[in-house]
Amino acid sequence: MENVISRFRNTANLIVLAAVLVLQIIGLAAQVQRETESGPTRLIRVWAISIVTPLTRGVVHTQDWFSNNWHNYIWLRDVRKENDDLKNQIVQMKMREVRLVEDANQARRLQLLLGFKESNIVKTVPAQVIATTGSEFSRAIYIDKGSKDGIKTDMPVVVPEGIVGKVLRVFPTTSLVLLINDPTSGAGVILEKSRLQGNLRGNANGATILNNVMSDEKVEPGERIITSGGDGVFPKGLPVGTVMTVGPGQDLFLNIRVRPSAPVSRLEEVLVITQIDHQSPDAVMAEKPVRAIDILAQRLPTVEPPPKTESAEGVASTPTGATGSPEKKNMTTELTPSAQKPLAAGDKKAATPVGTAAPKPASTPSIPGAEKPVKQAQTTPVKPSDPNKETPHQ
Amino acid sequence: MTIVPSRTDRIEVFRFNPAVVVGVVLTALILQAFLPVKLHFFSAFDLPLIVTIFFAVARRSQVTGCLTGAVIGLLQDSLSDQPLGVFGISKTIIGYAASSLGAKIDVENPGSRLLMVFGFYLLHDAIYMVIARGLVGIQQQWLWGHELRNALANAVLAIVIFAVLDKFKQQ
Repeated sequence: MENVISRFRNTANLIVLAAVLVLQIIGLAAQVQRETESGPTRLIRVWAISIVTPLTRGVVHTQDWFSNNWHNYIWLRDVRKENDDLKNQIVQMKMREVRLVEDANQARRLQLLLGFKESNIVKTVPAQVIATTGSEFSRAIYIDKGSKDGIKTDMPVVVPEGIVGKVLRVFPTTSLVLLINDPTSGAGVILEKSRLQGNLRGNANGATILNNVMSDEKVEPGERIITSGGDGVFPKGLPVGTVMTVGPGQDLFLNIRVRPSAPVSRLEEVLVITQIDHQSPDAVMAEKPVRAIDILAQRLPTVEPPPKTESAEGVASTPTGATGSPEKKNMTTELTPSAQKPLAAGDKKAATPVGTAAPKPASTPSIPGAEKPVKQAQTTPVKPSDPNKETPHQ
Repeated sequence: MTIVPSRTDRIEVFRFNPAVVVGVVLTALILQAFLPVKLHFFSAFDLPLIVTIFFAVARRSQVTGCLTGAVIGLLQDSLSDQPLGVFGISKTIIGYAASSLGAKIDVENPGSRLLMVFGFYLLHDAIYMVIARGLVGIQQQWLWGHELRNALANAVLAIVIFAVLDKFKQQ
């Protein structure tokens, strides 16, 4: 009798197990087929996240509060020295910036010639990492910003060092970010030196792999990788990582292992790029007509402007380094009407970078009475940086 | 060390306060989600799996074991980026298997617990791989060294957690 009961019980248990498994398999198959979340699955996720994330958010914020107080008010050892070092660093960076602005302007002009469009990061939302999926099979994190903060799916997530991932799911106050080292993620990237394009993915180990690079291509360890902008998620040119190892892969492709620039396993704060502006470089130039020479003129010691003279020679020798400076306005107003038109042409040419050869007088329009002022106006931007040449005028 | 009970031995069946069950499950899920943010190595552990095994072997009821596993697995799925059911199916089978094992052998001593969790961790990941590859189409790789190392780490942690949770048992 006991055997019969036991056998019946075992059969009933197996039926329950089978029913639970079949239900889950059907549900799983339905989700895979639909590929989008709706109805009960979305509801279950919202419930689970509503239970878990408020607690983790509270713990993270409390810990940060204590940490900030400790580091900002109590533990201030070597702060003065660090401050001095940083000030020195700022001075050096300002000097570098002058050169970089000049290069950027040159690049914009070249892009304009080639008809390129730029992707500028206009708006970002800072967010804090409050939880993970807790599994090695799924590499994703939860951040404390959601649809209420303007977050939408597929928005890129970055840190200053490089890209982190993209927003996969959005909830009212929380979002799930799929990291670049997840096997289901993907980012369009380009090797900075060799300009080879590929697809960045994660593997089961949490390593990041660059796929789709043919085995006959030459890729060297240490080469930097940036985003290509081809995936429609990440803007072009963001740092991704460096090539760690290169080996033979499957199907004539290389197996390239990448060290991500961003610390994807130790993230605490991230930036979500909520707005990207695609504009042509001429628009950028129009918005920011700041030239390197203008910056130089502002920062380097400038020469006192000489007193106004009525002659065209005296006007032209006035330093006109800063954009929109009163000297420049005076210069244009004091010119004869016949000279104003060529001067405008000369102004455009004056936007050429420092070091560029000054335009030859022959290239200027040969309008009578205008040649002399134009010729001098073109040379004025470089004068403030060379005070010795100004001495005779003073 | 007695592992297989004799005919005269009676295997104890434990009960738990429902609040304790809910609290322990939620704590495991929250810790699993939060701790890897600060302790990066913690993603190697699977607290929901350890809790599933504990309740299954303590209650020794196959139906309760598989249902507990299903609920914990689905909750874990809902926090991941994968479709609901991948962890759900894996933990349903583990819950059923653990309660079946608990009904037959003594799993109260640390040695048998270590072996049991070690084995169930590998079984859980193997089932997960089959589902992920076969049903969802996620390319997952089975790395023996990685799996064995994680299984051992989980088994050691399980001994400590089981000892703590034993205090909530009611006969």
